[in-house]
Amino acid sequence: MASLTLKNLAHSYHPNPGEDTDFALKEVNHTWEDGRAYALLGPSGCGKTTLLNIISGLLTPTSGHVLFDNKDVTASSTAERNIAQVFQFPVVYDTMTVGQNLAFPLRNRGMEVDYISQRVQRIAQMIGLEGDLHKKARGLTSDLKQKISLGRGMVRDDVNAILFDEPLTVIDPHLKWELRTQLKSLHREFGHTMIYVTHDQTEALTFAEKVVVMYDGRVVQIGTPKELFETPAHVFVGYFIGSPGMNFIPVSVAGRKANINGETINLNHDYGDPQGDVLLGIRPEFVRLTKGDGLPVQINHIQDVGRHKFVNATVFDVEINIAAGEGFEIESDMTRVEFDPSNISIFCDDWRINAEAVDQGTGAMT
Amino acid sequence: MQKTVNQRAWFLVLPVLILVAFSSVIPMMTVVNYSFQDSFGENIFFWVGLEWYKELLQSERLWDAFGRQLLFSFIILMIEIPLGILVALSMPKKGFSASICLVLMSLPLLIPYNVVGTIWQVFGRADIGLLGRLLSDLGISYNYSQNAFDAWVTVIVMDVWHWTSLVALLAYAGLRSIPRAYYQAAMIDQASRWSVFRFIELPKMRGVLMIAILLRFMDSFMIYTEPFVLTGGGPGNATTFLSIDLVKMALGQFDLGPAAAFSLMYFLVILLISYVFYTVMITVDKDEAKP
Repeated sequence: MASLTLKNLAHSYHPNPGEDTDFALKEVNHTWEDGRAYALLGPSGCGKTTLLNIISGLLTPTSGHVLFDNKDVTASSTAERNIAQVFQFPVVYDTMTVGQNLAFPLRNRGMEVDYISQRVQRIAQMIGLEGDLHKKARGLTSDLKQKISLGRGMVRDDVNAILFDEPLTVIDPHLKWELRTQLKSLHREFGHTMIYVTHDQTEALTFAEKVVVMYDGRVVQIGTPKELFETPAHVFVGYFIGSPGMNFIPVSVAGRKANINGETINLNHDYGDPQGDVLLGIRPEFVRLTKGDGLPVQINHIQDVGRHKFVNATVFDVEINIAAGEGFEIESDMTRVEFDPSNISIFCDDWRINAEAVDQGTGAMT
Repeated sequence: MQKTVNQRAWFLVLPVLILVAFSSVIPMMTVVNYSFQDSFGENIFFWVGLEWYKELLQSERLWDAFGRQLLFSFIILMIEIPLGILVALSMPKKGFSASICLVLMSLPLLIPYNVVGTIWQVFGRADIGLLGRLLSDLGISYNYSQNAFDAWVTVIVMDVWHWTSLVALLAYAGLRSIPRAYYQAAMIDQASRWSVFRFIELPKMRGVLMIAILLRFMDSFMIYTEPFVLTGGGPGNATTFLSIDLVKMALGQFDLGPAAAFSLMYFLVILLISYVFYTVMITVDKDEAKP
């Protein structure tokens, strides 16, 4: 077990990277604290797997360093790093039995037979395969094969970290939840540092204590699920987290007021005078339909999903989503929307303007 | 749903039946016909029943050729399969060098069989051949046209030269189809190079290797042209394999009846061995696919 530090880490698949766009992974500085569970969240092709493979040593970064407990391991082999990794698609050794598969990493490290069989039993119990230890792995379904892969990832208890690369992609939905719960309980029990790559926000938010959101080869935000929801640091985080994602409305901001088409929205903080592409971000949960106050709105359609109603509407040519609670009655004369001022975020050129910082900078009172 | 019964649909397979009849059934039946008859020329035939078969099965000549044939197939399989795998493992995985390698590997496969025989015939000659001259200058006695052992070595080396590429190309294709994740997982699991081969590469190559073994077996069991050009079946009968013997019998001695019986038995042996091979492959697959 160890903390993992990434120092000025960047990677490009080009032999001679020049521009920023050549980099699959743009410069990252981050420390994965010892014994915590992280999720690495982002859309396909954003550099998640690249980052993971650099940590495990399957890939050598173009520049920067990887440190385990402050020891530079950038040049070390995967074996020396003592890391476990589970891949997106099941990798099993076909000719071996389930038990031999689970024992393989231990046997390669020359562990004692007693210890191996005890660990294999323990892990097999956890993934629910204790009755199948003597079966050949070849004929199993991909569900079971992926369970074996997971088991092989967890069978060593002395690893520095366990990395999961979208491990539940091929698993049935009802099993996903069960396996994720088992992973969490395993984490609580052994306290391994875990990094879990996924593009599924539910998976990320339920698994991890801290979520690292990546977008276009860059880490855009690291935070608890709550922080990601309430104070997204980047437009992408707002859009990607939450279902539906955050609404963005182009505005112009001056101090504590945002203007859109002549209408004014009062803000809780002073944002100064941001120049560039300014967007007002508000989650559907904090938008309310009213009869009198707020911006004029035109309702397009309403979708009832049980606990919520989602209203799709248009405000000054911008499509927005509104989440209305179960008990909320939508009436025909509701022609305006109000935004909860304490949950408004302002973004300039895709990045969040940190109101507190600006407040201090301008000395304005809030 | 009600099914329409219409036996006239059988007429749709008529063209293929006619084609197959002319391409294989009728020619083969003439051979069957010959194998039960004797002739003294002038197109007069006598019915002899199973006489030719009995005679052949008791003939030492046939059994010797059969033994040589089995030994030859066994030796070249034992050399070409492991060698082909080894070559495939050491070939570059991608890029320009991989393409070059593939082209070079394919070259021997593109050379006509009798040219292969001629190449080695000249190559091995003690008076002018590069190999033969070199060996005799080094003081090694080597003469494939007089020494049976030398003839065998030459025929085997020639076949290995000619056909190992095929095994290597098939094995290479099998290797290339292994997803990267397997190698990555093996690195994570700290598997040794041998373990990677034993537990990942070999099982994943199983299918293509089966095909390679089957192809090489059938082909080597029917080998004719190369040894015929190289040694003509000699010295003595040392490299007279089944098909060389058959041609001697049919065209050299013009013994149509025995040659026909010989052909049919030869055919049945190949069919039988291939069938057994195929069945074993399929059953192993099924067994392992069982949950």
